[in-house]
Amino acid sequence: MTAAPRAASPGRLPEFLLTVIAVLIGVGAYALVNLGAEGSLPGNFVIISAGALGVALTAHLLIRWAAPYADPVILPSALALNGLGIAVIDRLDIAKNTSHASSQAVFTLLGLTVAVLTVVVLRDHRILRRFTYTSLVIGALLLLLPLIPGLGREIYGARIWINIAGFSFQPAELAKIFLAVFFAGYLVVNRDNLALAGPKFLRLQLPQLRHLAPILLAWAVCIAVLIFQKDLGTSILFFGLFVSMLYVATDRLSWMIIGGLLALGGGFVAFQAFPHVTARFTVWLNAMDPDVYNAPFGSYQVVQSNFGMASGGLFGAGLGQGYPGIVPQANSDFIISSIGEELGMIGVFAVLSLYLVIVVRGLRSAAYVRDGFGKLLASGLSFVIALQVFVVVGGVTRLIPLTGLTLPLVALGGSSLLCNWIVIGLLLRVSNAAREPQIRSSEPLPPAWEYDGGGEPPHDLTPRSPSSPADRQETQAVQLP
Amino acid sequence: MNQPIRRIATLTCLMFLALLVSVTMIQFVRAPELNADARNSRTIYEEYGRERGPIIVADQPVVTSEPVDNLYNFLRTYQQGELYAHSTGYFSVAFNSITGVERYENSVLGGSSQSLALQRLKDLITGNAQRGGGVELTLDPDVQQAAVDALNGQRGSIVVLEPDTGRILAMVSIPSYDPNLLATHDAEAARANYDALVADETQPLINRAIGGDLYAPGSVFKVVTATAMLENGYQPNDLIDAPTEYTPPGTTHAINNPGELACGDGSGQATLLQSLRQSCNTPFAIAAVDLGEDTVREQAEAFGFGQSLSIPMTVTPSQFPDTATQAELAQSAFGQFDVRVTPMQMAMVASAIANDGSLMKPYLVDRTLSADLGVLSVTNPEEYSVAMSENTAQLMTDMMVDVVANGTGYRAQIQGVEVAGKTGTAEISTTIPPHAWFIGFAPADNPEVAIAVVVENGGYQGFGTDGGSLAAPMAQSVMLAALSD
Repeated sequence: MTAAPRAASPGRLPEFLLTVIAVLIGVGAYALVNLGAEGSLPGNFVIISAGALGVALTAHLLIRWAAPYADPVILPSALALNGLGIAVIDRLDIAKNTSHASSQAVFTLLGLTVAVLTVVVLRDHRILRRFTYTSLVIGALLLLLPLIPGLGREIYGARIWINIAGFSFQPAELAKIFLAVFFAGYLVVNRDNLALAGPKFLRLQLPQLRHLAPILLAWAVCIAVLIFQKDLGTSILFFGLFVSMLYVATDRLSWMIIGGLLALGGGFVAFQAFPHVTARFTVWLNAMDPDVYNAPFGSYQVVQSNFGMASGGLFGAGLGQGYPGIVPQANSDFIISSIGEELGMIGVFAVLSLYLVIVVRGLRSAAYVRDGFGKLLASGLSFVIALQVFVVVGGVTRLIPLTGLTLPLVALGGSSLLCNWIVIGLLLRVSNAAREPQIRSSEPLPPAWEYDGGGEPPHDLTPRSPSSPADRQETQAVQLP
Repeated sequence: MNQPIRRIATLTCLMFLALLVSVTMIQFVRAPELNADARNSRTIYEEYGRERGPIIVADQPVVTSEPVDNLYNFLRTYQQGELYAHSTGYFSVAFNSITGVERYENSVLGGSSQSLALQRLKDLITGNAQRGGGVELTLDPDVQQAAVDALNGQRGSIVVLEPDTGRILAMVSIPSYDPNLLATHDAEAARANYDALVADETQPLINRAIGGDLYAPGSVFKVVTATAMLENGYQPNDLIDAPTEYTPPGTTHAINNPGELACGDGSGQATLLQSLRQSCNTPFAIAAVDLGEDTVREQAEAFGFGQSLSIPMTVTPSQFPDTATQAELAQSAFGQFDVRVTPMQMAMVASAIANDGSLMKPYLVDRTLSADLGVLSVTNPEEYSVAMSENTAQLMTDMMVDVVANGTGYRAQIQGVEVAGKTGTAEISTTIPPHAWFIGFAPADNPEVAIAVVVENGGYQGFGTDGGSLAAPMAQSVMLAALSD
């Protein structure tokens, strides 16, 4: 495993500056939306801006206090995405005469609170290992909640919502986090077993059959979710989460290949067996065909969203100056096309870059954190963000068939926002552990200035043999209560 | 575990690279194709979102873009919609359709014209939203209104030209419609209104002046034949064959004069002047057979028959038919058989005679303006063709003055002004009333207006109609309005 950073830069000043910039991006977008669409600033603009800055800086200060070594780029990137998302939702409110932006803002406040609470309350991410099987139970229960009659609700054909006291909630979002915790806890214990060599097939080293059982089980569960809830996107996410963590745990490419083949197989069976999946494939392959375009559940939505993005071109129509309201569900599943229309290809690239920053920073934390559980948790959560962005944007741009998923942190949706902020909180927590200077008890505490302001630690990314000293540390970590 | 994490990072980067490529494909590579797709309503929204320029008649904007609070930002609004409908056309977002000047001057009105490049640059710098330029029409509101009043709800058309320039002073097609019905942003209402207009048997959407079902011209076509005769050696006062009944070679079907009357003194001969004044049929039939089909056709084409013309709207070419037999040629000579014309074409015939034989190209757009009402372009009068010699024009003028002074067109007389004209009654069948025609110009010695009037199927007069009693008085009142300006 990796060596501990020799001298970590806490990076609190960069985080402060980036946080201010992130708030400026969100607030600036909000101003432009209103100037572009209405010709004037909203009446509450100053209060909103000051409030946003205050909330963001409070979150920054609390994280600075509770996790002083946390990655300085993750929080501002997430804030920028969230702020831009609210501005675009407000833009669509103006176009469609709705009022979702304010509730999204409230959920942002809640989400930020939950993220900060995660960092503050969870002083060490390894505590979560104690809840490995509890997480499995909670995750599974959450996943199955929508199937309970009376509680679950079917929206747009997918039964992935529950309704409690008038509030809709998508429990799969939360289940995603619990299952990530379970997978990390389970795999860190069983990784050696899973890595054991089994029979060879076509030069591919297969794992032993009895160790193959969990991945088959996970695959079956995902298919089950797909069947009962008609939710293609969530099953892809869970499957991707599981396979990627399995791969990280075992370093055996065969798992990825088997996983990929099973996913393709499952997709093919779904394509054959379920009309709604067949329809998605038809839309993907023949979107511009007038018959497909005009068919119910046809390609109208995708094609209109592509029209919007095309009309945005390189530089976009300008916030508030396009017609994003034409695209159905423009503020949730198709929010990227609203961004593409008004901020152009450059805007979409910027948004994708922000996601990539979060994902790569998450993966970097995974690489640097010293315990296997943290590595698995951080890499799993990071990858699932990347996968979700890939599935959403790939679906909208017809790179892959469309699945009903929302863009993390940007799209409208309270439960999604809350859960993604929890993920950000967990990544911050793990990144703190990764960047914390490792001080041997036998050595005297170095003066603060030696590792403060010394820049980033050198990143040693050369592969190491499994018998490196860091691995022994990890073995110790396994023995933690 | 770091090796697989790095691989995952690489995989993530590849996934995002694929997304960037995919987004580039849509927003850059395929963008022109996607933007051109008819199902992409943004193109038309953008035209609406832009402040479209006004259409102006006599310094008054008759079509404006009014700001509204919806997706399109501006509602195209037609003041006095029915009066100018067929000239302005309509701009409908509901079915993605533009007609008339709205369509043919779209680049100026919508602001995309190259001539507006400077203004676009200025707007870009000053941060103004892009605006369209204005289009000023040649129409005279008083003449236009007089023409509508004259037709008095009867189906038909009146076209008034300024002979020495080709300016279209009035272009009326009745029944008309209100373009606001189609311009409305309420898609359902627009669709319903459109369906109702299409289903209307009187076809209000058709611009009868330039593009309706072409009309049989009847006797007004004799002006074309008479011109051909003068250009080929006939003189107004020469005696020509004018029997009461004429049976062309190769047929047993006899041609009679209107009312089966004798032409002139009944001697079987009359002057060309007398024939035109009385609107006899036989002398023109005989003369056409004498001149031959090509001669008559060439004369018709010199007036614009069979030629393309845009004003800027496309004018359906009028037809002088291929005549297989002399009987058909004889019929064609006085505007029967398959001769078919637009009122615009017949106004051009009158206008060419009025302008000493020189036919000016009719035009509807006087000037185009920038959004700041600076002049972008001015239409210069242009000769369309030389229809006849000056001498022939003078002789034709004299004969047509005689038609109004002493002949069938007397109801077009204006006190103190010498009016030239020719009436027509285009018979269609025994069951459908004839069209009533009048073409003419005034004052005869220094023409200011040329006019063509057609009333479909005898208007309120029905079978009892003729051009002299129905169309001539209409021409009189419209010319009076034009001359009193």
